[in-house]
Amino acid sequence: MTQQNERDLPERVTAILGRWLDAEGPLLPILHDIQAEFGYLPKAALPIVAEALNISRAEVYGVVTFYHDFRDAPPGRHVLKLCRAEACQSMGGDAVADAARAALGVDWHGTSADGKVTLEPVFCLGLCACAPSAMLDGKVVGRVTAERLTKLMDGMR
Amino acid sequence: MKVFVPGDSGAKALGADEVAAAIAAEAARRGVAVEIVRNGSRGLYWLEPMVEVVSAVGRVAYGPVVVGDVVGLFDAGFLTGVGHPLALGDVEKMPFLARQTRLTFARCGITDPLSLADYQALGGLAGLRKALALAPEAVVAEVTESGLRGRGGAGFPTGIKWKTVLETASAQKYIICNADEGDSGTFSDRMIMEGDPFVLIEGMVIAGIATGASMGYVYIRSEYPDAVRVMREAVRIARLNGVLGASVLGSEYQFEIEVRVGAGAYVCGEETSLLNSLEGKRGIVRAKPPLPAHKGFLDRPTVINNVISLASVPVILDKGAAYYRDFGMGRSRGTIPIQIAGNAKFGGLFEAAFGLTLGEIVDDIGGGTASGRPVKAVQVGGPLGAYFPRELFDTPFDYEEFTKRDGLIGHAGIVVFDDSADMLKQARFAMEFCAAESCGKCTPCRIGSTRGVEVADKIKHGIEPEKQIELLKDLCQTMKFGSLCALGGFTPYPVLSALNHFPEDFRPAPVAQAAE
Repeated sequence: MTQQNERDLPERVTAILGRWLDAEGPLLPILHDIQAEFGYLPKAALPIVAEALNISRAEVYGVVTFYHDFRDAPPGRHVLKLCRAEACQSMGGDAVADAARAALGVDWHGTSADGKVTLEPVFCLGLCACAPSAMLDGKVVGRVTAERLTKLMDGMR
Repeated sequence: MKVFVPGDSGAKALGADEVAAAIAAEAARRGVAVEIVRNGSRGLYWLEPMVEVVSAVGRVAYGPVVVGDVVGLFDAGFLTGVGHPLALGDVEKMPFLARQTRLTFARCGITDPLSLADYQALGGLAGLRKALALAPEAVVAEVTESGLRGRGGAGFPTGIKWKTVLETASAQKYIICNADEGDSGTFSDRMIMEGDPFVLIEGMVIAGIATGASMGYVYIRSEYPDAVRVMREAVRIARLNGVLGASVLGSEYQFEIEVRVGAGAYVCGEETSLLNSLEGKRGIVRAKPPLPAHKGFLDRPTVINNVISLASVPVILDKGAAYYRDFGMGRSRGTIPIQIAGNAKFGGLFEAAFGLTLGEIVDDIGGGTASGRPVKAVQVGGPLGAYFPRELFDTPFDYEEFTKRDGLIGHAGIVVFDDSADMLKQARFAMEFCAAESCGKCTPCRIGSTRGVEVADKIKHGIEPEKQIELLKDLCQTMKFGSLCALGGFTPYPVLSALNHFPEDFRPAPVAQAAE
């Protein structure tokens, strides 16, 4: 699957680089675009980025590993982010998180065995007045309950 | 006929997109022509999705509306503002809004956020036009005299920052908007970016004119995809209409803005870490000096301000420094958008002059808890802010008054907790969060936070609790005075406030049980 995903990788990465090389401080936008293109940051892409920006591979790797958003492997078919911060804790977010982990049979950052859902923690979605909150494939959900999560996920393939 | 259904992500999280679609479908079925405007949110989140129509008496609201209510609303004739069980009446007269002083949020929730015509019809660009007629020094003086202080949390006078950049010679200077609003309980930056993005653009252009900067970046956290989308579109529209570009509104000034997206690191809300991140580096904190005003982005003079600070500038230029300064108390001048969050009955955005007491905000405006149980504590100022017990609810909302009570107002978010909260658990979380988000540069933060989690666990398990509590206090002391930035330096606030105000929660389990 990875090989399929990474077909024509050098050309695709070079095309992304072309959009940003004139920008000031282009590394983060480049990494975001590569992740948007492939669904994760393929290992083979990083040396190409390093070469183009005239920085070391170690520097690129250091940046990739600093930020929570970047992943080195494809996620499940859906990504569920649950807010774990204080405002959501005050409205029972911990219980919702426990229920989600149990239902999916995974811990944080894990993907369910059927490859359907990757569970990620997130610290605040700015939906603190309708807590607890979640984000499912980029779509925001407020006042989440365990039942509502089950219903949302049952409706997906 | 116009129907307003907020496009704000808080409203969307509660079903606003589905409600808008249902209204469009029902109108089509009935053959009624409606124009659905996706306005920003008014900030009354317990009533979202709050649908508004224009009636003979002005804008009237209905809420909270769910898809199942839509047919009934049409049957009742809501398009002309008639009664319905969900009717809330004249929006402007709703107590939660009527009691506010909306300066920064004057337009938020009223208009289509991406209509530059609406923006100008409601006073937008008036501040920029006045700034264009002034010398840069006079613009800086206006902001200084307004008393505006950094709304991101540090409370540093905005005018002083601008003056430093103005006086630093460089061929290239920058205006950077810190939109990395990571504090739990805060959402005012998000609301402005989604609900009135042109006010932020206008504030940044004014900052550019005042300091001699021609390039601006808005660094928005990746957790806010809607804000990123709206801001990028607003920048594009501003460019098309000459608000941005080689000649700002036909003047000799040029200014450009680019929107950049963070990558999920809380510490990047710290200004020097943000600068490194924007440069494409790890978000490691820089030691100060040099100040960003002297050597900031790419080592050039840089103004770095929070969203709300910049979004407050247009009204200051438009109505004058004295108008803004006359609101507030002590050295906290103007208004502050307070965000009431967590377990609050009436959660939302409440912009008011400084000086309301914490009790007024939590009990009176926020209505106590959503759960109906007693309020045990409120955390003010995000994950690095102190927990306040009821005994301190007489504290006025003011930078210095909060400092006196060993707290901070931070970005003005208030998270309400009911009596089911376990304050030892909250203290442990503060340490755990610091450990997860520490950039790793300084030892007190990087190591201290991990040790803090271990100590909290020992207290929980009743292992030499008195000794551990002393250790925790000592550790907090080291973190507070030995850390390079506010992440390690302020984590002791939630920890020590929890310990000092709720000592019973730090007793080992057997003792606590015996006491019950």
